[in-house]
Amino acid sequence: MTMGKTDMSERPRTESSIFVGTDVGSSRTKVAVVNPDKELIGYSIEKSGTDFTATADACLATALRMAGTNQSNIKAAVSTGYGRNNVTCADSTKTEIGCHAKGCFYYFPQAITVIDIGGQDNKIIKLDDHGHRTGFKMNRKCAAGTGAFLEEMALRLDIPIDDLNDLAPKSTEMVKLGSFCTVFSATEVLENIRNGKRVEDIVKGIYFSVVKRIMEMDSFTEVVVMTGGVTANNPYIVTLTEELIGRSILVPEHPQLTGALGAALFALENNCS
Amino acid sequence: MPEEKKVQLKRLNSSKVLGKFMAEYYYELDNAAKTGEKKIAWCTSVGPAEILRALGFLVYFPETHSAMLGSSRMATDLIPKANAVGYSPDICSYLTADIGAYLAKVSPLATIFKGIEGPPKPDVLVFNTNQCRDVQDWFNFYGEEYKVPVVGIHSYVGVQDVTESHVASISKQMKAMIPLLEEVSGKKFDEDKFKEAVALSRECSDLWKDVLDSASAKPSPLTFFDGTTLMGAAVVGRGTKKANDAYRELIAELKDRIANKEGAIENERFRIYWDGMPVWGRLSMHAKLFAGLDTNVLASTYCNSWIFSALDPDDPFDSMARAYTELFIVRADDPKEKYIKDMLNFFKVDGIIYHDAKTCPNNSNCRYGMPQRLEKETGIPSLTLNGDLNDLRLVSDEQMKTNVEAFIEQLEERK
Repeated sequence: MTMGKTDMSERPRTESSIFVGTDVGSSRTKVAVVNPDKELIGYSIEKSGTDFTATADACLATALRMAGTNQSNIKAAVSTGYGRNNVTCADSTKTEIGCHAKGCFYYFPQAITVIDIGGQDNKIIKLDDHGHRTGFKMNRKCAAGTGAFLEEMALRLDIPIDDLNDLAPKSTEMVKLGSFCTVFSATEVLENIRNGKRVEDIVKGIYFSVVKRIMEMDSFTEVVVMTGGVTANNPYIVTLTEELIGRSILVPEHPQLTGALGAALFALENNCS
Repeated sequence: MPEEKKVQLKRLNSSKVLGKFMAEYYYELDNAAKTGEKKIAWCTSVGPAEILRALGFLVYFPETHSAMLGSSRMATDLIPKANAVGYSPDICSYLTADIGAYLAKVSPLATIFKGIEGPPKPDVLVFNTNQCRDVQDWFNFYGEEYKVPVVGIHSYVGVQDVTESHVASISKQMKAMIPLLEEVSGKKFDEDKFKEAVALSRECSDLWKDVLDSASAKPSPLTFFDGTTLMGAAVVGRGTKKANDAYRELIAELKDRIANKEGAIENERFRIYWDGMPVWGRLSMHAKLFAGLDTNVLASTYCNSWIFSALDPDDPFDSMARAYTELFIVRADDPKEKYIKDMLNFFKVDGIIYHDAKTCPNNSNCRYGMPQRLEKETGIPSLTLNGDLNDLRLVSDEQMKTNVEAFIEQLEERK
């Protein structure tokens, strides 16, 4: 179930006070701009690349254009993610755990378990009905179950990563991958190709492997929210997770943006406190 | 651009006294090894050192050498050398680092102490498996290399309650090793000297407990990271008068800090209990990380492991057997959990961090649901950090940092 709060058509074209959140992830940099009413008025998502500062600046420029405002109106800015200390406009930092929690609670103000699947890490964050964290887990030092895993598998199958999402639902006999390890999983994929298995069945197995790794990390509370770049670009993973946990999952309007949005909301709070 | 907080760590003046103690300890061993004036026994860190002292041995503890390999960040390059001769990267990285250093003929002792080339050659190796089985394999390697006898105590594991039968069995094993030790030392076992060594060990244990207990003050005058280096004398010097004198100076300084309400870190907002081994190669980094978050990691299972309150000079064998079996690491989860709950209460702790050290399962208490059980019972939140004591290939600094920062944010939300 996808939900959102953004209605860009009705927002005023100029904002004199804005709050910016920048999430520099291992794979993508995301910027969110909110106004004092906590409305998302601009955003941008770009590849992080190797120059985090330049990418964050470029992302900010795009988001500000969308918001119809400029840098001089930024009242406060918070950065998060791996490159959080490389963001020129930021006054302070917050962890991505805190920012994803904040962003998700903004969309779904209730007790939730957030599953965030990013480029190189996964997070499971539990919030109480006040939005306070009661616990969190990050993946161990391994790419299994992350976007990097999907990229590696797409490479082994010699298909564009963007094609994975449409292939998996066509599976008729899923191939199960047994290994934890990305390298060993790649070997298993090659073995299945050699044995004549259909690509659709292998791709579903790859998604299944990601979800299994996530489910091993922690238990979930009743209401589950999924976010992150993998969720945004592979909606099939939500369907599969719903099948495995036996209930529907909430997905915010911009699943890849929740960390940046949370950072922007922290900036707004910091400014008011 | 957000600025990263620069943190200056506070040093205890008396750490110099303990540093001097350690220097004299290694020079005495080195001299004995070179001159043959005294016999040298290698002993595991919770092995029967008091028996060895009673027989006039100088006692060397390879685990401290391994910790130095870790803190000097030499270990990670040396571990693969031991892996290559059959010691898996999944077993104790104290063992693999130390054997790797032996094979590469390098030692941090040579860098720190001018004139010392490396560990002193042993005349005998004495282990107690109360910590793990790895110590036995570790010592057997050196037994082969140096062609010297290896003798040991095979302890119980997962002990629920320490019973008379446990004590009798361990005590019997300790007595059984004495004829061989007499032969190597060339001396007759002297019961009075033994009692004296046990009395000094007990005194050392009591003093070390006073040091660690000082962290219950608010703010705490001590951090876990201080403790990991200050404990050197309790490990290598228990059973000697010099170690006890060094701790008396430390206690006086800690009492001064308490009286002046001087914390080991500025602005102590959160108090953390650390379960498991330290990451030796990241001591300073972690000390700064926590201090920068106004958080004091002030108590630990690890540093407390050299408190042996059961030692009794009037009943030396049985009390040693009891003390070295009452040890946290030897126990079942029930007594371990009770112990940690007492610690959380005594040290007024806000959160627990479990270090899941990849190569040290016996010191990683988070693998069988303990964090979840304790959190449910006490309401005190916990965080598990994946890492290792010595093998930095198993440590992700960025992940650890993010986890720690997020945990402190979580604690802030509770305040």
